[in-house]
Amino acid sequence: MDDNVKIKVENLFKIFGPNPKKAFPLIEKGLERPEILEKTGNVVAVRGVSFEIKKKETFVIMGLSGSGKSTLIRCLNRIIDSTSGKIFIDGKNILEMDKEELRESRRYMMSMVFQHFGLLPHRNVTNNVEFGLEIGGMEKEERNKKALDAIELVGLKGYEKSLPDELSGGMQQRVGLARALANNPEILLMDEAFSALDPLIRNQMQDELLELQAKMHKTIVFITHDLDEALKLGDRILILGPDGTSRQLGTPEEILSEPADEYVAKFVEKVDKTKVITVTSIMRKAPVMTIPKDGPGAASRTMEKNGISSIFVVDSDRYLKGMATIDDTVKLQKKKERDLEPILIRDIYTAYEDTPISDLLATALSTKYPIVVIDKDYRYKGIVDRAAIINEVRDESEDSESPMHFSEMEEGISSHESDNGGK
Amino acid sequence: MDSVALHKIFAIGSVFEAVIDWLTENLSVVFDIIADVIDALLTGFFNVLMFPHAFIMIALFGAIAWWIAKKGVGIFSLVGFFLIYAMNLWEATMETLALVITSVFIAILIAIPIGIWASKKDTVEAIVRPILDFMQTLPAFVYLIPAVLFFRLGAVPGVVATLIFSMPPAVRLTNLGIRQVPKEIKEASIAFGATNRQMLLKAEIPVAIPTIMAGVNQTIMLALSMVVIAGMIGAGGLGNEVLKGITQLKIDLGFESGIAIVILAIFLDRVTQALGVASQRQEE
Repeated sequence: MDDNVKIKVENLFKIFGPNPKKAFPLIEKGLERPEILEKTGNVVAVRGVSFEIKKKETFVIMGLSGSGKSTLIRCLNRIIDSTSGKIFIDGKNILEMDKEELRESRRYMMSMVFQHFGLLPHRNVTNNVEFGLEIGGMEKEERNKKALDAIELVGLKGYEKSLPDELSGGMQQRVGLARALANNPEILLMDEAFSALDPLIRNQMQDELLELQAKMHKTIVFITHDLDEALKLGDRILILGPDGTSRQLGTPEEILSEPADEYVAKFVEKVDKTKVITVTSIMRKAPVMTIPKDGPGAASRTMEKNGISSIFVVDSDRYLKGMATIDDTVKLQKKKERDLEPILIRDIYTAYEDTPISDLLATALSTKYPIVVIDKDYRYKGIVDRAAIINEVRDESEDSESPMHFSEMEEGISSHESDNGGK
Repeated sequence: MDSVALHKIFAIGSVFEAVIDWLTENLSVVFDIIADVIDALLTGFFNVLMFPHAFIMIALFGAIAWWIAKKGVGIFSLVGFFLIYAMNLWEATMETLALVITSVFIAILIAIPIGIWASKKDTVEAIVRPILDFMQTLPAFVYLIPAVLFFRLGAVPGVVATLIFSMPPAVRLTNLGIRQVPKEIKEASIAFGATNRQMLLKAEIPVAIPTIMAGVNQTIMLALSMVVIAGMIGAGGLGNEVLKGITQLKIDLGFESGIAIVILAIFLDRVTQALGVASQRQEE
């Protein structure tokens, strides 16, 4: 198996009910959930789902209620035993583990964070965070130390002695997170971890999770019903359909730009794509000049040939040096100069490949020149035209239809008035 | 066929009688051992309660009530128990208290494990529930009959009848309390690798404690009421005094004993209720 794969799920089924085996022939016939329920009394929660989760990846499983997402994550640590299929963690089939092995892996390999926190109301923050370590039989002093570290990590210092019901929802979930991090697991299972929080706190927790993940590099499996959350947190997203099947697996950008089917497309419709679609998708390769090799002659020729009025200049290592305009280049050529360096304009903007398009709009409106795309090592990758950015953003805002035509507005006003008049 | 003839076929009472007869004849050794244990416990508790001077005990009861419950309950207990002493019912009250403590002690020892078992296994619950219903609806006096048959007259059959009569709420509420532990708390225990035993001791029972304590509180109150009834079979204590009041038409004695029972009941109720709330905050 690929060394880079942490969790591998193969053709996983979970069927709840008196006789799950009865449902399989009907599933093969392609019957839907309600029919199978009526005929056998069984509910097909997860229906033949397969995926691989890479090491240190944040893998989001997204679906609406009834899509089997919470069942699926519980199959990964066997809180729920799957009906059929295989689950490998580090190449080991966890469905073949005996009780002892399973407990060991739950204690040291993976931890879980719950939607409604699942904290023990009679224990204070420290003792809650210690819970997993205590279960594992760690000495009081050592586990106390680790708990305090975890509490500090999630920003709860000063609340060590508080009881859960004295804390706000966001803080309670920090306790849940600290408890999960205290035994330093490789895998973090997060079941709708932020869904019970109000939007502002949720956003803040998401940011903090991203920050933590940048430091910790855990393999995170995150369950959510919120597409925005999925797009924000996920390196890759698995979308589950309402029937418990998997519909699409891909990066946020892939899911937004190429939805696999109507269901996903409908989901994706409402999202502000410019926040997610990155520069890469509208970047184009443009010719560049390399100094000191290329001089004004080569530059003016290339610009003429491509019908452009400016060109970017890089050095032999492809580091960006600046931009030359056609006017300056021609002047330079007339003076019989060989070197482009003196005329280079440095008043240009750059962006990384993964910068969301929405971040570039203001720049695109203020600058005259294209924006240069560079990689993390500052090497030239391509350019983004201002027009492409504005186009992309305009497409998006047309969907959301915030400016209203005046005539429609008048209609709205008159109907509103008549509503009031009627009352 | 009239009902007299039918009764010859459906002689449920005689079957019950036959069973009791068989048990008394064949299991008398077992009953003797049970009787010895109960007697030892009862005497032990009674001696402890009677060992210090009554005033020391009164102060102790007041302090316990004040500390566990509230100041008001503490003062009430001080005044109440002093009144009992002043009515010359101290020994009878301590006898009753010893009967209650013994019965409840044994009842809880049996009830809580059954309650836990029932919470874990639906089949156990399905069997236990109708038995509990039966136990609770059967008139209290009926328990006295087999108790007397097995253990003759005195305090021991009183304890036996009381513990059986008072057990159901403890079983029920233990079962309920553990079943009501939020699913995510149970899942969290499993997810962090707890064994069944760890989950029970570290998560489920602590979370269920307030409910379990409510059951214990009810058991204590039922036990107190039954212990008084058990005065009819010579269990002693305040029940005897009440019985004397009834049979000898001593209105004053009957009334005073009644007041003593009420004082004891309020004390036990308030203290155990407060204990249920306090136990929630027990761990650090």
